[in-house]
Amino acid sequence: MLNLYTRRRIINAAGLSVSVLAMLFGLFWLCWILLTLLDHGLPALTPVVFAQMTPPPGSSGGLLNAIAGSLMMTLVGTLIGTPIGILAGTYLAEFGQRGWMAPITRFINDVLLSAPSIVIGLFVYEVYVVKVKHFSGWAGALALSILVIPIVIRTTENMLRLVPSTLREAAAALGAPQWKVINFVTLRAARAGIITGVLLAVARISGETAPLLFTALNNQFWSSNMNQPMANLPVVIFQFAMSPYADWQNLAWAGALLITVSVLTLNIVARVVFRQSATTH
Amino acid sequence: MNNIETVANPKIVIKDLNFYYGNYRALKDINLSIAEKMVTAFIGPSGCGKSTLLRTFNRMYQLYPKQKATGEILLDGANILDSKQDLNMLRAKIGMVFQKPTPFPMSIYDNIAFGVKLYENLSKHDMAARVEWALRKAALWTEVKDKLRQSGTGLSGGQQQRLCIARAIAVKPQVLLLDEPTSALDPISTAHIEKLIDELKEDFTIVIVTHNMQQAARISDYTAYMYLGDLIELGETSSVFTNPKRKETEDYITGRFG
Repeated sequence: MLNLYTRRRIINAAGLSVSVLAMLFGLFWLCWILLTLLDHGLPALTPVVFAQMTPPPGSSGGLLNAIAGSLMMTLVGTLIGTPIGILAGTYLAEFGQRGWMAPITRFINDVLLSAPSIVIGLFVYEVYVVKVKHFSGWAGALALSILVIPIVIRTTENMLRLVPSTLREAAAALGAPQWKVINFVTLRAARAGIITGVLLAVARISGETAPLLFTALNNQFWSSNMNQPMANLPVVIFQFAMSPYADWQNLAWAGALLITVSVLTLNIVARVVFRQSATTH
Repeated sequence: MNNIETVANPKIVIKDLNFYYGNYRALKDINLSIAEKMVTAFIGPSGCGKSTLLRTFNRMYQLYPKQKATGEILLDGANILDSKQDLNMLRAKIGMVFQKPTPFPMSIYDNIAFGVKLYENLSKHDMAARVEWALRKAALWTEVKDKLRQSGTGLSGGQQQRLCIARAIAVKPQVLLLDEPTSALDPISTAHIEKLIDELKEDFTIVIVTHNMQQAARISDYTAYMYLGDLIELGETSSVFTNPKRKETEDYITGRFG
């Protein structure tokens, strides 16, 4: 009897140790990455970075045009992708019990979700950039929106499914037509989760490089014209990091730190928003 | 069939109702009538079909593809199972309160106003008056009158359930369906709501499903006992509980099973 109990305790302790070791192992690499970024990026993150444009090789400058370009394309990409994603996700959750369209849509969405972003970039290049014969911020935003859509569809559908069916029944029992049930009750109940999904999608596209390589390319100078090649942080980092110039390399580190911090902040904000609304219910 | 009493002034008459979950027959040839402005209780052991029967009255089962009903349910003479019947208009006439309180994620005022706005075009003043009327009827007004703009989800369980009742009566339905409305509440809230039901029957026809026999004996005028999808007995509550006509009813009421 005692032997069995002791054996159980040993197995318990062993399992716990292995789990903790695995977690520490993962955390170790994450901390090392963050520390390296801080170590190289923080000294390079001077106010100049936010004031000047990307410099020619060998001189000093900033990242202002890249930051602005990234912000603009991320914003436009999100604005295009979010409504499509929410509408499709709502269809899948609320109207998808019957028929064949919903399972097929879900399957295609899952495939798109894990599609390599470089493929998406090449697609937009072929379909749009080649046709208009120039790179542009619009093409970049388009590629980013294609990345946003599957994420928003998936999270919207999941969050809507979490709304208890009794809530829908209560609204239907009052004689509300289905679109009002969805609009005023179901979507509102899932609001926090859907917002979280959008924030996570934004975090994902902020750091995407490959799709922008073939669509927005890059721009050495300031440009707020979306119809022309547009500077963006990921491609600038790519270009500067591989160069032999110390100035450029420092700027690349600063840019990498900027992206990491914004993605981290977005993730934290998303979780806080979600948890706060979960506790008020 | 002298064990199924036909009531004097029927609001709803059910003829040969059969209900299917896929291939499974959950309700078998139900024939009964519901008296107007009275409380009728459906009792029976778990799985006997009482909630299923209740949910056919407002065709709630139509939200789910594999559920189907055949037969006739006559509300004031018109068959509501007819496919030409406007589903939303029907549900505006027949209100429902569920077992678990389901406040909408909006303010208390908007919760009540939601149903009213669907079919009536009231001025701001009239709407406020209707909201107050509904909350007073549900015995909730004094507790929430200072926080009408706060979220409905911030209330206690008993208050939320009374909010749902206020929401259901605000649209002034003809029939009120209550699906085990107090089974998730504490005894004091339960007592509040039972008193409420007693007052509400002056204005509404009420059908209540309950697994609590004592509750049925306390508040209902007519009681229907169901078992495994069959209607075993329907009669005045006092005679069903003191002098049941069927042995199955007697066994259930005396606690011999179920």
